[in-house]
Amino acid sequence: MDLFNFLHYTFIQKAFFAGSFVAITCSALGLFLVLRKMSLIGDGLSHVCFGAIAIGLFFGIYPLYIAIPIVMVASLLILKISENARVYGDAAIGIVSAVGIAGGVILASVSQGFNVDLFSYLFGNILAISTTEVILSVCLSFIVLMMICFFYWDLFSATFDEEYAKTTGVRTQSINILLTLLTAVTVVLSVRIVGIMLSSAFLILPAVTALQLAKSFRIALGIAGLVSVTSVLVGILCSFFLDIPTGATIVMVNALFFCLALVYRKL
Amino acid sequence: MPIIIEAKHISVLYGQTEALSDVSFAIERGDFVGLAGPNGAGKTTLVKILLGLIPFSKGTIELFGKPQRQFRDWNKIGYLPQKDSTINTLFPATVNEIVLLGLLSQKKWPKRITVRDENIVRTTLQELEIHDLKKRMFSELSGGQQQKVLLARALVSKPEILIFDEPSTALDPGSRKEFFLLIQKLNKEKGTTIILITHDTGYIGQYANTLLYIDRTVIHFGDISEYCTSQKTHPSFEKIDDHIIWHQHN
Repeated sequence: MDLFNFLHYTFIQKAFFAGSFVAITCSALGLFLVLRKMSLIGDGLSHVCFGAIAIGLFFGIYPLYIAIPIVMVASLLILKISENARVYGDAAIGIVSAVGIAGGVILASVSQGFNVDLFSYLFGNILAISTTEVILSVCLSFIVLMMICFFYWDLFSATFDEEYAKTTGVRTQSINILLTLLTAVTVVLSVRIVGIMLSSAFLILPAVTALQLAKSFRIALGIAGLVSVTSVLVGILCSFFLDIPTGATIVMVNALFFCLALVYRKL
Repeated sequence: MPIIIEAKHISVLYGQTEALSDVSFAIERGDFVGLAGPNGAGKTTLVKILLGLIPFSKGTIELFGKPQRQFRDWNKIGYLPQKDSTINTLFPATVNEIVLLGLLSQKKWPKRITVRDENIVRTTLQELEIHDLKKRMFSELSGGQQQKVLLARALVSKPEILIFDEPSTALDPGSRKEFFLLIQKLNKEKGTTIILITHDTGYIGQYANTLLYIDRTVIHFGDISEYCTSQKTHPSFEKIDDHIIWHQHN
């Protein structure tokens, strides 16, 4: 099959379209998360997503609809635990993440009927994305990107130096809440593309690749977005022609870009 | 001169430990205040309380006549934090992007950078003679250059009061003198009020007109030349040392 025919498949077009939007969103948020040393929040929230999807399947509700509010609440819980309960941020992520996974495993065991469905979310399958999921992914990605645009300078300032940001009137606590809520939405969206196990890589890899090359923050955002979208497009293409899992291929292409950036920086 | 910062009976608790106790002072417009004291005396804590970064347990603070908790005109205050206190050194930002952050205090949501803002940054960088660094990555600059960039960020909003936390630690002797002359010029020519935390006692006595010497509470607040005759003069120094250190009685 040639490339021209390949692009005529509706499921490929849907995968390209939804994947590109989610990729840009992940790369932009990922850059803020990596620079704030909050990379692992994506990993923790994706584990919560596992539990939330199990709840959806258990009660017969479309999993992503229920995952979005549950993961958003979990993200706020991580913030609250780390602020108020004498628990460091990474430990708070560990707690919420473990509870998410444990809840999912218990529900899967009790139901004995949806294990196959639940485990299909572990590694995602963008080629099986439905029209409703495409619309949901594009709309939510657009909202997240708009929020990043509207709060760009507040996010930038709080990420560079949170203490100084406060002295210029930036409400850093609100910005932290906004960032974690946006991350929660983005993690749920990325689960459909690369799966629960790999969604944090989808957030982190484009950002760290950009950090090897960028000479300004705007350029870093641009490089991260470009790397992320290219990885999705190349990953879908390779997985289709080589008949290998799409999510894992997207992550491997991302990792390849990171290695190339590292080598370029060393030269 | 009108009082622009007034602290009354401020106390701060870190857990069970009292970091500051019953601190009171009033700073007038145009003052150049040297804030000094031994290590752990609470100098940085005091500055962070004024800026609203740390809550205080007792007392009241007024900034420009408003209770601190209601104060919103943060563009009136420029702040140069202690070097490397919280800054992320891997951050991929240009000097231009960093200095623009100093203008955020003037902006309302959604915050947008205009051509006018870019011009203000250019002028500030030119005044500090670091315009050639504008497009350079902040993380690639030397310690002294970074300090100048952060000074530009503090100055860019043309604040009425400038607060410096140990600004000279990253500077070599030549740059340090240049730095002190610059802030003295801002104080004398533009009437900018200065609060400067320093261990550089050899310099501060030559530039500041007021000394706030604390050791968890106020030891001395007033004219710098009166420090050695004060009844509460700090026991750390002998009288003769004070004369030499503060450069007041050559």
